[in-house]
Amino acid sequence: MADKTPLFDAHVAAGGKMVDFAGWMMPVNYGSQIDEHIAVRTNAGMFDVSHMTIVDIDGPDAEAFLRKVIANDVAVLAEYQALYGAALNAHGGVLDDLIVYRLPKGYRCVVNAATREKMLDWFEAQALTNMRIEHKPQIMLAVQGPEAIAKLIAATDLTELSIKPFFAAAHGDWLIGRTGYTGEDGVEVMLPVAQGLGLWQALLEAGVQPAGLGARDTLRLEAGLNLYGQDMDETTSPLISNIGWTVAWEPAERGFIGRYALQGERSAPAHKLTGIILEEKGVLRHDQPVQTDIGPGLVTSGSYSPTLQRSIGLARVPSGASGECSVDIRGTMKKARLVKPPFVRKGKILVN
Amino acid sequence: MSDIPTELKYAATHEWARLEEDGTVTVGISDHAQSALGDVVYIEAPEVGLSVAAQEEAGVVESVKAASDIYAPIGGTVCAVNEALTDAPETVNQDPYGDGWFFKLTPTDAGDLDDLLDAEAYAEVCDDED
Repeated sequence: MADKTPLFDAHVAAGGKMVDFAGWMMPVNYGSQIDEHIAVRTNAGMFDVSHMTIVDIDGPDAEAFLRKVIANDVAVLAEYQALYGAALNAHGGVLDDLIVYRLPKGYRCVVNAATREKMLDWFEAQALTNMRIEHKPQIMLAVQGPEAIAKLIAATDLTELSIKPFFAAAHGDWLIGRTGYTGEDGVEVMLPVAQGLGLWQALLEAGVQPAGLGARDTLRLEAGLNLYGQDMDETTSPLISNIGWTVAWEPAERGFIGRYALQGERSAPAHKLTGIILEEKGVLRHDQPVQTDIGPGLVTSGSYSPTLQRSIGLARVPSGASGECSVDIRGTMKKARLVKPPFVRKGKILVN
Repeated sequence: MSDIPTELKYAATHEWARLEEDGTVTVGISDHAQSALGDVVYIEAPEVGLSVAAQEEAGVVESVKAASDIYAPIGGTVCAVNEALTDAPETVNQDPYGDGWFFKLTPTDAGDLDDLLDAEAYAEVCDDED
């Protein structure tokens, strides 16, 4: 039996079509995922992301622990600053991607729903002596879109919100991060379970469109953001997953897990993860073979882009590949083109 | 509750079939199917002249979410495809039993329609899936 977030009944009441996602009953859409996608690009939408795993880590060894298990370096973080990074295995493969917030007392990590058990076990296994790991269920609502912050203010007792991108702020029991997974401005609000439904209702009344996992996927794909388990996993390094920028090589003496394995790949990764646009009718999907001038690749994510009104995707291809290529869709080779992601950011199309 | 017109016949794979006055059989997907797929964005129609057996693949419908095969509910030869869906695939969501039809067959034996489900039996198939 799949878990339900505390907002399950609210999703059903809003017309949510509930599906099992990583052991959680979540809304895939509330009618039309394309309409929800457009609402986020042009106005404001909200996603219940309470199925994601919030892990608080504190104690004297907390920083040393995170500098060991995450390839990005939390030592650079100011108070309430956030950072995106990857936890790697010893072979340099990606165990998970996560966001880490530096809080006045310790750190907060948000890891994926599908990797919850694995990551909690991994953190316990790697834990240092003087630290504490606490996983506390909370409501997490992502409010995203050009009008997201204005509507959050209208729906709450907030009078202003002046958080810089990739920073957070405390508001009573809430933690509000100016982060997201859509390529639009917006926030992710973490708050106690008892207050979650109230915020959901207030946002609904302020005109924020509930948006499901379907829209979340097409928004993140247009924004060129990876989905763990699909675009990258334990067999792919961050260097071939378009997140090489999250690997903090300096200081050289910081021995994060996976560093040694990545070192060999650093100067010349054989592959890259990049964007792909289908030039013919059809839809790109995960695992479709790609043929480039210099060798084969694979589509890792593919869907229909409501903003570009054509199919787009991410593909892992030989490092030197660019421009025209072809994709095998059910036995037919269709014309496609490699482009640098993101496809869309802040409502604007960034590719030709 | 999805709309299941009583005058149509259905396959358990969610296609509907309607015998027309000219003897051809029009085929589409049910309201239940379009709702489960979500926003339809692409149709791969069969070629006119293709001869298909009952339950044989006769096209693909792609929603934003996923690709699904379309099966011929009965055997026959494809005599027309709905070209309008090429530029307006969302018609499948808006009008699954009308303008959202997929293709027409000249049936090998129109009597094969009797092997399909009636609305009541098809409603049970849908209920079992929900």
